[in-house]
Amino acid sequence: MVTAAGGYGISGERADLDTARQIAAAVPDPELPMLTVADLGILRDVAAEEGRLVVTITPTYSGCPALREIAHDLRHRLSRAGFAEVTVRTALAPAWSSDWITAEGRRKLRAAGLAPPHPAPDRIGPVPLTLTAPRREPVECPQCGSRDTTQTAAFGATACKALYRCKACREPFEYVKEI
Amino acid sequence: MTDDEFAAYHSLSEETEDHRWAFGTGFTDPLEGIDASVPDSVDAAALAAYCLMLGDDALVYSHRLQQWMTRMPELEEETALANIALDLLGQARMLLARAGRAEGARLADGNGRDEDELAFFRDEHEFRNVRLVEALDADFAELAGRLLIFSAWRLALFGRLAESADPVLAAIAAKGVKELAYHRDYAAQWVIRLGDGTPLSHGKMQAALGIIWPLVDELFQADPVTAALPGVAADPADVRAAVDAVLEEVLAAATLDRPGGVPMARVAGQSGRDGVHTEAFGYLLAELQSVARAHPGATW
Repeated sequence: MVTAAGGYGISGERADLDTARQIAAAVPDPELPMLTVADLGILRDVAAEEGRLVVTITPTYSGCPALREIAHDLRHRLSRAGFAEVTVRTALAPAWSSDWITAEGRRKLRAAGLAPPHPAPDRIGPVPLTLTAPRREPVECPQCGSRDTTQTAAFGATACKALYRCKACREPFEYVKEI
Repeated sequence: MTDDEFAAYHSLSEETEDHRWAFGTGFTDPLEGIDASVPDSVDAAALAAYCLMLGDDALVYSHRLQQWMTRMPELEEETALANIALDLLGQARMLLARAGRAEGARLADGNGRDEDELAFFRDEHEFRNVRLVEALDADFAELAGRLLIFSAWRLALFGRLAESADPVLAAIAAKGVKELAYHRDYAAQWVIRLGDGTPLSHGKMQAALGIIWPLVDELFQADPVTAALPGVAADPADVRAAVDAVLEEVLAAATLDRPGGVPMARVAGQSGRDGVHTEAFGYLLAELQSVARAHPGATW
């Protein structure tokens, strides 16, 4: 529905919400710009509430500085598309898991030279220690596909990545950590 | 990359009401848009005090870790520690914000102090962090040892708190568990590498543990705030066995001995959780608060 003011009314009509969802889902993540917030699994909900559009996102890590930028970008794009009243909410629970990165997101990561995450550990009860080199499955090199790779650092340029090196093609690459 | 991928940065230069001056600035309430009501069954004043304890632990320790920046032995370790400090700062911000909201639940206008007022405008005796996080590490071995003990203890506590009757605290803890597991592994691997390394590194690691160990007992002491929050707070005494088991496992793999020694004395029966701190804390706090106090009302 287009209102008298020329913008979209948030009446909860499917067409309006679908448009809003498409716009929100296309917002890129500032730290991993090859992914959209939908690819990354941090866009949790787009809904209409009493005439307002409410977009719910969740942080990847507690200290993530990108969340604020994403919220700003969401509001900016949605208001430019005619959604006058936009609220961006943060949902802390359930906590984000790298398992929520979509198949399309994983494909885009690989294409950009980043290794996508392995499945996150199932955490029920105390977390076991990992004393030696990580017991995870070998990480596949996104450049040459070799599984002969080694971790050079458990933390990378952002909290969500670790640093790896491929022993076959000798290229360094980043691995999006399972969490 | 397309222009679209830089949209988040482009918007910085646009004329808006938003007062960000750089990426990640323009801080807003970290719990914005989250239902902050305190469940009826929960003592709001005690919840505020409890969140302050956990928030202060993370805030103060994050600051100490930040002081290591530019001093780490390798670039990879520097980024690792920066990420750990950032995770803890994120936890601190949410916990301080939660403390402020819970505090406000008792006030007529409903507004408690915000994260900045709590972090920058409280004095030394009003901080509730444990004394473990206060000292400046003398060397890399001390950093690894302290980080191992802190993250093993906090991970065990947060594991319990993920089931807290306060849904906000439970959500903050559930998120923290994932981060702290990485921190603990990082520290454990360094303690093992140093302990099971050369005679020199072994000696330094053992000496570092001897310096830190007197502060371990305080982590598990009972306090009245926790006692007032059954089902909400995690009793540190309940996680002692689990934390001890983790530390034993690491020390054994590192060929290190568990230090003996006497726990650091309380002062007139009081310690960090009561606002009684070590000398080093005053200097740390002066630095942490200097910019905010020099420019009251500043925004970041």
